[in-house]
Amino acid sequence: MPATRTRGVGIRWDPMQLAFAVLGGLVLLFIVAPLAGLFFFGGEPANVVAAAGNAELRDSIWLTLWTSMLATALLALAAVPFAYLLARKDFWGKRLVMGLVDLPTVIPHSAAGIAVLTVIARSSPLGQAAAGIGLDFVGHPAGIMVAMSFVSIPFLINAARDGFAAVPERLEKAALTLGASPLRVFLTIAVPLAWRAILSGFVLMWARGMSEFGAVVIVAYHPMTTPVLIWEWFGAYGLSYARPAAALFVLVCLVLFILLRLLARERDDA
Amino acid sequence: MLEVRNLSARWDGFAIDDISFSVAAGDYFVLLGPSGGGKTLVLEILAGLHPATGGTVLLDGREITGSRIQDRDLALVYQDRALFPHLTVHKNIAYGLAAQGVTRSKRLDRAAELAGQVGVAELLHRRPGTLSGGEAQRVALARALAREPKLLLLDEPLSALDIRAREKLRALLRQLHRAGNTIIHVTHDFEEAVSLASHVAIMAEGRIIQMGTRDEVFVEPRSRFVARFTGVDNFIEGEVTEAHDSSATFVADKATFQLAGAGFVGRGYLLFRRRDLEVHRQAPSPSPANLFTGRVVDLAPTRSGLEVRLDAQGLTLVAHVPRRQVAALELELGMEVYAVLREGAGRVVKA
Repeated sequence: MPATRTRGVGIRWDPMQLAFAVLGGLVLLFIVAPLAGLFFFGGEPANVVAAAGNAELRDSIWLTLWTSMLATALLALAAVPFAYLLARKDFWGKRLVMGLVDLPTVIPHSAAGIAVLTVIARSSPLGQAAAGIGLDFVGHPAGIMVAMSFVSIPFLINAARDGFAAVPERLEKAALTLGASPLRVFLTIAVPLAWRAILSGFVLMWARGMSEFGAVVIVAYHPMTTPVLIWEWFGAYGLSYARPAAALFVLVCLVLFILLRLLARERDDA
Repeated sequence: MLEVRNLSARWDGFAIDDISFSVAAGDYFVLLGPSGGGKTLVLEILAGLHPATGGTVLLDGREITGSRIQDRDLALVYQDRALFPHLTVHKNIAYGLAAQGVTRSKRLDRAAELAGQVGVAELLHRRPGTLSGGEAQRVALARALAREPKLLLLDEPLSALDIRAREKLRALLRQLHRAGNTIIHVTHDFEEAVSLASHVAIMAEGRIIQMGTRDEVFVEPRSRFVARFTGVDNFIEGEVTEAHDSSATFVADKATFQLAGAGFVGRGYLLFRRRDLEVHRQAPSPSPANLFTGRVVDLAPTRSGLEVRLDAQGLTLVAHVPRRQVAALELELGMEVYAVLREGAGRVVKA
């Protein structure tokens, strides 16, 4: 059977590939071992269930989930069209703009937090304007969302931009010759065809926002997101107290990501 | 209906210059020419995909040279179809109607009707990725026709298909033409042009070389490119120096031809088939009217014998040797031979 034979050739490893596989195994171990440790030492089901019973932790997980999700969704409204523009249009200063987009990923997150705080603090013009409508960013979920978005928006923009760039422009032109307006082409051709990449960027941004600690802790210590809460418990009560909380949070994140990935696959197969 | 005046443009290594032509309602206009001649660029300028650097395009008297793509009221079918991979055949065909604000149920009905017309009614729920080349091309045609455009632009619509699918699709294109559609069709395939066109423009190197009704162009070719396709292997530029009732003299470079007539005096082209040129090892006697000496520069076997290319008195002549004579002649490359144009063969076309 030729098919099996072809497959047989594929699984023959040469020495270099074997050596690289060993290196890969070490890297994987490096990633998996701490997580496994989290569950083996103190992350036993009983402890995790106990942690789940703690109202403070439950509230913080809920807060973290909805702020990161809402921040991603709100920013996506502007970021996805912006990514399309970056993928399709050449303009003067485009490289500079793309560099600016990447900036949040290269600065320390505590510094990012300070920068964000400077702009939205009560003393700043924006902070005063917000105060005028009764909103105080600092110590408010809105502040948490701003901090999360600042450090995570590059992931969505870049993923969506790559997704749009992979859509053949010819298809969009074909749609135009069929009388569709550019906005209709964007909504009915570009977005559906780049959907996978956009969703992947969405998940990345959300995950990055959810896990953000440095920027969030500076902008809004309270109400506490889970990363801040874990840090606080660790400082106040020590490792064994913080560990089940960390394990529970990791578990929640994993389940959500797997669900989203499955959702994306299903949509793709349909 | 369509009036193109002095169009010029440059794009991606292709350039067109001073292109003018007009297409009347109901015409099947074929732009024929070798690859790289700028035909597709013309089509894309008409559709608005590329800007023109000069000239004007009028559709029904309205200037559309700078109009937005979506406002042009003409439909382009791409060589590779460009069907939307995420939509079913049904929704692909209905796409243009949605942009016109036709209600969902009406546009799906209309799309199904069009699918029937182009012969893909049973494929409505398939995705483009699962279609054969011929099927995809039919869907692309239906999609383009859905908006009832004034003009249908086809870019090499048959070139990526196998022979059977090509023949069927040609029949469909003829049928669409008979149904009243005005079509501009770009191709490098002479057969396609002959079997479909009402009017033809020959394009090469960014210019239109010859234009007219199909018969005008193919009966009186004014370029080697067209001549070769019409089965004329010898296409010689020169001048008719004398023309009488039953004789004429045609001079090309160092060669002089005595012909049975010309009808004009001046620049022109001499056309004859390779079968009308005989090859001899010895000069025939009595010496015929059109006798040339030449050197064999290429020998190519054909189904019925041998094609002989001669370098003769500054001209390249193509002759044919029937199979029964091939052995006797023992031709070799570089050999000096005699070539005779058969009496009465050869006609001239005014330049």
